Amino acid sequence: MWNFIHDRRSEIAFNTYQHALLVFYAVVIATILAVVIAVVITRIRGLDVAANQVSAIALTIPSFALVGLLLPVVHLGPTIGLVAVAFYAVWPILRNAVVGLQGVDPILLESARGMGMSEATVLWRVRLPLAWPVILAGIRISTQMSMGIAAIASYALGPGLGTYIFTGLSKGGVAANGLNYTVVAIVGIVVVALIADGLLVLLGRLTVSKGIR
Amino acid sequence: MSDTTRPVEATQTQAEPPGASGPGEVSGAEIVLTDVVKRYAGQDAAAVGGLTLTIPAGEIVMFVGPSGCGKTTSLKMINRLIEPTSGTIEIAGKDIRTQSENQLRRQIGYVIQGGSLFPHMTVEKNIAIVPKLLGWDRSRIHDRVTELLDLVGLDPERYRNRHPRELSGGQQQRVGVARGLAADPPVVLMDEPFGAVDPITRQRLQDELLSIQRELHKTIVCVTHDIDEAIKLGDRIVILREGAEVAQYDTPEVVLSAPADDFVADFVGAGSSLKALSLARVEDIELRHPTTAKVGDAVAKVTEQARANGDTAVVVLDDRGRPVGWPWLRQLRGDRIVRPEGELIDVDIRSTLNDALDSMLSSSHGAAVVTGERDQYLGVVDFDAVTTHIRLLEEQRGE
Ligand SMILES: Nc1ncnc2c1ncn2[C@@H]1O[C@H](COP(=O)(O)OP(=O)(O)OP(=O)(O)O)[C@@H](O)[C@H]1O
Ligand SMILES: [Mg+2]
Repeated sequence: MWNFIHDRRSEIAFNTYQHALLVFYAVVIATILAVVIAVVITRIRGLDVAANQVSAIALTIPSFALVGLLLPVVHLGPTIGLVAVAFYAVWPILRNAVVGLQGVDPILLESARGMGMSEATVLWRVRLPLAWPVILAGIRISTQMSMGIAAIASYALGPGLGTYIFTGLSKGGVAANGLNYTVVAIVGIVVVALIADGLLVLLGRLTVSKGIR
Repeated sequence: MSDTTRPVEATQTQAEPPGASGPGEVSGAEIVLTDVVKRYAGQDAAAVGGLTLTIPAGEIVMFVGPSGCGKTTSLKMINRLIEPTSGTIEIAGKDIRTQSENQLRRQIGYVIQGGSLFPHMTVEKNIAIVPKLLGWDRSRIHDRVTELLDLVGLDPERYRNRHPRELSGGQQQRVGVARGLAADPPVVLMDEPFGAVDPITRQRLQDELLSIQRELHKTIVCVTHDIDEAIKLGDRIVILREGAEVAQYDTPEVVLSAPADDFVADFVGAGSSLKALSLARVEDIELRHPTTAKVGDAVAKVTEQARANGDTAVVVLDDRGRPVGWPWLRQLRGDRIVRPEGELIDVDIRSTLNDALDSMLSSSHGAAVVTGERDQYLGVVDFDAVTTHIRLLEEQRGE
């Protein structure tokens, strides 16, 4: 096992890095999309219910099916991986962002408007900061989920730890390093997931106001 | 009797040209509502059915009335949180629709129940909101926050960096008031500002608001459903019935002594001479001046003097003229007068008779020591003086 890792350490490092990067980009894109959509939704009555239903359905689309759906649309391998992962990552964040934005006390919003804040200022200085802890919780869920989905995506489309899992599974026996491949991939994903979660907790420490922690 | 918040003087203040100099300078602006109607969608009856009202500059006008009569709706139309269906509102002679909503609101303080502070911002940031929107620079905002926290009785250095959840309800409400005054707006709107605090804190906050207003002379429109609060704070009271119809608009004295109709009489309720106690202040009453002694005086001499004056107790003052105790003669021991143990409960000369009575009831003397600025000793107020005053008021009313 040790030899296995030692022999392929740069390749493993590269794949782990690719995996982490894929998840990172996907979650960043998903966060931006989700927050923008949530802001729009919470301004239009009735849309929030629809959004929750759509997100419930979207999460049940199997990832392979999605990859297949997207193949004709996007031609480049890594890009399609990113799109697929981001697609799944959007929903938990969206749901939390809608809940978080709706959870802001209407009295506070009225008070903000009553002091002469423009809608944009209210959003930036009141609604988003107050909803942020909930949004961040959604980002954590999305990140964890994306770890697994990124594995599937990378098997289908490009670099990442996912390739190892399937290499391992197809090779089977110990002799052919099959088990090693699978174990390395799983441990790698778990470690990346733990580090990512730790970083997000840290981000929360730094960005959530002490007044609402 | 220089209390400028009392209506008699307030009317004179109003007659002064705006911008008159001196400590009584009016910084408020007149508000005129003309035939203002608000009809909510899907409702037959108008929430506000044609309100016409002039709110004089520099006065506190209280809106009172039963729940749902349209007080909040009327108030929020002044800062355009609610747009009237018809009618006009002018502030300082200018139609409020001539400027943008946000510009208008930055010139109108808005204080609501509980303070409604933003929990994610510190006290300083909360207070700084409007000054920031107006583009004040950092050091000016910093100084203003210090000034305002002082004004509402919170130690600036101790509280400026706290978050709202680290404050008591009363402190949050104080910050709410400071925030409403932050950019020195001529008009301040308040919607049940002291509704969320306990009665004792409420009384204190009301006193503070009065003393702030004595200094600032804003135009304050304040909604309450508590007639006692209206009587205590208002230079004038608007009593509204269903649909924000004005049942009576007058000074508290007139509303109490000459209610316009049964609705007002019912609303004001029984015991109006007791209510009048919260109109009169200790300064309206003649104080008694019992024997006083300084800490360190010879007991024998003090006792002799008190006996000569016919007093059975002496008020003890410290070296700066502040009362520290009120011992009976028989309690004086030793050669020299010492600082008595325990805290003396005194009342401010500007306290209402209601508050003074409270203090008297908790004193074995049936009277209360009165202090003025910086806690200087002024005299003593007792039950007799208060009852005499009530009788006087009753007689005046009878005429
Ligand atoms: N947004 C709204 N939509 C429809 N009707 C409303 C709305 N706001 C208030 N109303 C109605 O308008 C009337 C006046 O309401 P308003 O809030 O001004 O009363 P209020 O005097 O402030 O009462 P309270 O003392 O209970 O606060 C009420 O009948 C109320 O139901
Ligand atoms: Mg109301």
